Amino acid sequence: MSQTAAPALTTYLEAIRQGIWEEMERDESVFVMGEDVGLYGGAFKVTAGMLERFGENRVVDTPLSEAAIVAAGIGAAITGLRPVLEMQFADFISCAYDQIVNFAAKSRYRWGAAVPLVIRGPSGGGIHGGPFHSQNPEMPFVHTPGLKVVAPATAYDAKGLIKAAIRDNDPVIFFEHKMLYRRVKEELPAGDYLVPLGKAALRRPGRDISVITYGAMVLLALEAAETLASEGIELEVLDLRTLLPLDEEAVLETVRKTSKVILLHEDTRTGGLAGELAARISEKAFDHLDGPIVRITAPDTPVPYSPPLEAAFLPKASDVVQKARQLYRY
Amino acid sequence: MTTATPVVPEVGRGLCDRLLYYLELMREIENRIELKLYRQGKILGGCYTGRGQEAIPVGSAVLAEPEDWLCPTHRDMGAFLVRGMEPRRIFAQYLGRAAGPTRGRDGNMHMGDLKLHLVPIISSIGASVPVAGGIALALRYRGLSNIVFSYFGDGATSRGDWHEGVNFAAVQKLPVVYLCNNNQYAYSTPLSKQMAVENIADRAAGYGIPAEIVDGNDVLAVHQATRRGAGHARAGRGPYLIECKTFRMTGHSAHDPAEYVPRSLFEEWARKDPILNLQKYIVDRGWATEVDFKQLHARILGEIEEAVEWAEQSPLPEPASLLDGVYE
Repeated sequence: MSQTAAPALTTYLEAIRQGIWEEMERDESVFVMGEDVGLYGGAFKVTAGMLERFGENRVVDTPLSEAAIVAAGIGAAITGLRPVLEMQFADFISCAYDQIVNFAAKSRYRWGAAVPLVIRGPSGGGIHGGPFHSQNPEMPFVHTPGLKVVAPATAYDAKGLIKAAIRDNDPVIFFEHKMLYRRVKEELPAGDYLVPLGKAALRRPGRDISVITYGAMVLLALEAAETLASEGIELEVLDLRTLLPLDEEAVLETVRKTSKVILLHEDTRTGGLAGELAARISEKAFDHLDGPIVRITAPDTPVPYSPPLEAAFLPKASDVVQKARQLYRY
Repeated sequence: MTTATPVVPEVGRGLCDRLLYYLELMREIENRIELKLYRQGKILGGCYTGRGQEAIPVGSAVLAEPEDWLCPTHRDMGAFLVRGMEPRRIFAQYLGRAAGPTRGRDGNMHMGDLKLHLVPIISSIGASVPVAGGIALALRYRGLSNIVFSYFGDGATSRGDWHEGVNFAAVQKLPVVYLCNNNQYAYSTPLSKQMAVENIADRAAGYGIPAEIVDGNDVLAVHQATRRGAGHARAGRGPYLIECKTFRMTGHSAHDPAEYVPRSLFEEWARKDPILNLQKYIVDRGWATEVDFKQLHARILGEIEEAVEWAEQSPLPEPASLLDGVYE
């Protein structure tokens, strides 16, 4: 997010597109498949131009059939191809739940068959998409051994992680926060680079309170950190980047450093990742804690449509500021 | 439908011998599994067989080329045998041994082998049908003319995955031969409560693909139909559906006495046994006698004895291996 004289800024969306594109240039076994991904270039244009460049064999427009898209991806992946499958909205991944959880995730364990596929799609709220175009459906997959789950927050990571996900030999679910698609821009390095799966990133060092988060909430945490810095409260912001496998060492390290922790996510509260993080911190860093573990999450409701309701649903920077002030004084 | 064996001039003695061997091998392996090892408490959990339905996997799978792929279901032991999975590995699978194709991670017919191009089912019935389409897509992607054999039962055709998978393959004109084992019951549910059409083959019209109905207890009829279907698929003309009408001569699983099935149906279908059907065809042509059949039977029982002994002596998996292989 640098601002130099005339930097070529790349959006989060374009970064993902570039990442897939580069992997398709690099490896003939990589192909994309999904609804409207070819002629139309994808509902959000992540696959724009790919049909022209790579042809119908490698850019496959499918019927409106999420289960078939994932299942066909599994079949192709078993034979050694590397499908990148688009869910038009991450919400629709539930239609393919059985294929993901029972077929893809268990395949290696059951019979040693690798399923090197990526299922990617836009998740998250803030665009008035309502209950079926705004969800954060990561947790059923975080709860599924055999899968990897990724949720990038920056354009740099989005590109490096999608490339790493495509090269990974296990099934990866890749959640792209749609609020970040065109709002987040940064200068990307030229050439090939990867961001490893399973590694968190420290976005801002700080001595007082750790905010552990991912996806669009990283920006929220950084905004809150700016506000609090002027009050002399220093937040440390840890971006998980990969939710499964979790970078437990990075989580414990920041907790040991600050001794106070806020767990922040846009997903709803019960069964959200914060619960798992809290349990691990309690098991492995209890002696380092100087205050209660604080959760900031969406409430346990569907994502509402109407702007005032949606605004009330989504965690806000001011929530982080307020909770951090309380925890700081604890 | 008729139980009379159709005249199929191009079927020679060699093929008949091969078919009979696999029909009997499947029958006897499953007898050993269900009527002995299961009852002895050596096989735990679910235990499904394809008794009376052997002609479907055997008659079709013998047409698979080495680089073709097969997605058998839980009544298709014959496909594994034809494909070359050794009986001792199969018994090891059922007995939960480390030497089984899933190394004890899964049981019964949930077995597969990448090298043999055999994809294991999962318990969500019909889930392999759209996966078969993806394999076919990959074959075409690589410019190969190989095909996929996708097996399922009547009940599977009520699932969304089945419809999504067939539609996907039809739209993409993928090389898949669909083989339906219509054994008239899905667990206790008869066809009349499963679907409002008369035949599974009727469903094909909804997807614009050809279909035919064959006597699933006539291995030569299944074989000939599969030859037509495979030819269609290999020629790049898209999927082909074969409905094999048969009858489940058991309960759903070994625990199920199938009291919901009228006894008369078992009696009626016992007379249409696929092994008897083929033996009659062979005898009528003077290719073999009852004595030959008895010899074959004894040979098969000997092979099974050896395989069971091997499997029972092979080690169980180490508990320490529990965490291995969830990820690369």
